[in-house]
Amino acid sequence: MAKILMKGNEAIGEAAVRAGCRHFFGYPITPQTEIPEYLVKRMPEVGGVFLQAESELAASNMLYGAAGVGVRVMTSSSSPGISLMGEALSYIAACELPVVVINIVRSGPGLGGILPAQSDYLQATKGMGHGDFKIIVLAPSSVQEAVELVGLAFDLADKYRNPVIVIGDGMIGQMMEPVDFPPMRDPAERPVPAYALTGAKGRGKQIVNSLYLDPEACNQLNYKLAAKYRDVEKNEKRWETYNCDQPYDILVVAYGMMARIAKTAIIELAGQGLKLGLFRPISLFPFPYEALRETAGKAKLIFDIEMSMGQMIEDVKLSVLGEKPIEFFGTAGGVVPSPEQVRDLIRGLNSRLS
Amino acid sequence: MKKIFRYPEGLTPLKTHYCPGCTHGVIHRMVAECVDELGVRERTVGVAPVGCAVLAYNYFNCDMFEASHGRAPAVATGAKRSRPDLMLFTYQGDGDLASIGGNEILHAANRGEKFTVIFVNNAIYGMTGGQMAPTTLPGQVTTTSPFGRDVKDVGMPLRVAELLSTLRTPGFVARVAVHKPSFIIEAKRAIRRAFEYQKAGTCFSLVEVLSICPTNWGMTPKESCIWLEKNMVPYYPLGVLKEPAAAEGGAS
Repeated sequence: MAKILMKGNEAIGEAAVRAGCRHFFGYPITPQTEIPEYLVKRMPEVGGVFLQAESELAASNMLYGAAGVGVRVMTSSSSPGISLMGEALSYIAACELPVVVINIVRSGPGLGGILPAQSDYLQATKGMGHGDFKIIVLAPSSVQEAVELVGLAFDLADKYRNPVIVIGDGMIGQMMEPVDFPPMRDPAERPVPAYALTGAKGRGKQIVNSLYLDPEACNQLNYKLAAKYRDVEKNEKRWETYNCDQPYDILVVAYGMMARIAKTAIIELAGQGLKLGLFRPISLFPFPYEALRETAGKAKLIFDIEMSMGQMIEDVKLSVLGEKPIEFFGTAGGVVPSPEQVRDLIRGLNSRLS
Repeated sequence: MKKIFRYPEGLTPLKTHYCPGCTHGVIHRMVAECVDELGVRERTVGVAPVGCAVLAYNYFNCDMFEASHGRAPAVATGAKRSRPDLMLFTYQGDGDLASIGGNEILHAANRGEKFTVIFVNNAIYGMTGGQMAPTTLPGQVTTTSPFGRDVKDVGMPLRVAELLSTLRTPGFVARVAVHKPSFIIEAKRAIRRAFEYQKAGTCFSLVEVLSICPTNWGMTPKESCIWLEKNMVPYYPLGVLKEPAAAEGGAS
């Protein structure tokens, strides 16, 4: 089938529909507004439901309601709107409901700017809301990969009964690339989950709840969730390496679009004889600590590049555990490092190595 | 002998945690009776609030959500839009609905979401120990208005039924009270109408129920009923404030 040239945001919307999602509740915010604008037209075509909520706070709670009655549901937003969803995501995780959240990251903090950034890494992987819970976080670095990860997100959300965030820096949402879509999945093929509130007909009543006033009951819930997250960590780590099948002095660690920019620089420098590798985490939670540690073991220096003031670097440090030096370069505000800039930085680091 | 009065199917026979004299018990019973009478219990899903009624998910004998504070109308929107065949109701107090949840109720009502809201107004925050609510009356003493509500500082009490009745979207908005049996009978009529509108798929429905809180008002239940009639009813007038026109599916 011929590929379609499509804007990232719209492709993400279509990917959700292909994955059998027929319910979307969202709110406009730059740079992801094309997602609701695409789905408002697409959902009626497939008999789905679209609602523009009054806020991201409301949208995230609508997700809770929809998931609780047993349907595949998605929202999308960008950084400040994602902050508003923290409350609902804590409740959704506590109730073990599946939802998919798209974060097309813009610069922050505060109102920030509308240009791309990678400054929501810690929010997504470690600080999405109060209490002991985790969100599975997937980071695409192309529109095609975004399409695939959206489909995967719905399946992982169901498998683990947990929220999943697909996190794209603002460029992914806005750029246009040729894309192949998977075949349409029929929502009817997804069985109605046993926990869904479908009405107490022929069975006792069911409750979707996260209030546990009894300390031992609350303790047990937390142990249960923690065991689940250990399963996630065991099974769902995803990453990609480039040029690591030959010796490398510097291992660049980057994700999303930053990895793509770094790869361009690495290709140019490797052609000039520099020994460079690239490690690209795809799952930010669960972070591929072991794989990075092993890959880093063969390098002399780790170079972490992010469009942030240093967020993924904390996980890189946890991988490496002090055994390799780590250099960092970061930008914010929508300032995107160019391949040439990254090339010069790597070259500078490399010359200091010898 | 024929059994002519029984525990409603829609209520779980549990001892509730409510204070002696609290009218939540009465209101719960009315909601359960309406759900039973309309024969919809098996497809009803309720959304419990944060407040004294936070444990309502235990008391109603139907599928139940526990929502975060104020967000029940958004949860109900997500559920109802995904499963329109279900009967959804939210059950909220004055903090949940009129304070933190102000935006969610406004927009659910304005969109005409086809679910039923039971709004329990007792002019105070009960569960957290008696703080001022948006519905607390001028001069009323609470733990966060220890010298009485100062309307020059924090404004006049919010009249939710009036506010929502001004929306152009069709809806059923009524205010009732439960301080005396004759008023309770009227209250049930309004709640029944509200659920009937949902069953017919007509419009959004909300019943504001003036209720007592003896514990936090610092009165006996009997004194509280008198206080409600004397002080709340004049400020929060009872009646049907809005109903759908015939063309919108209402009575002709």
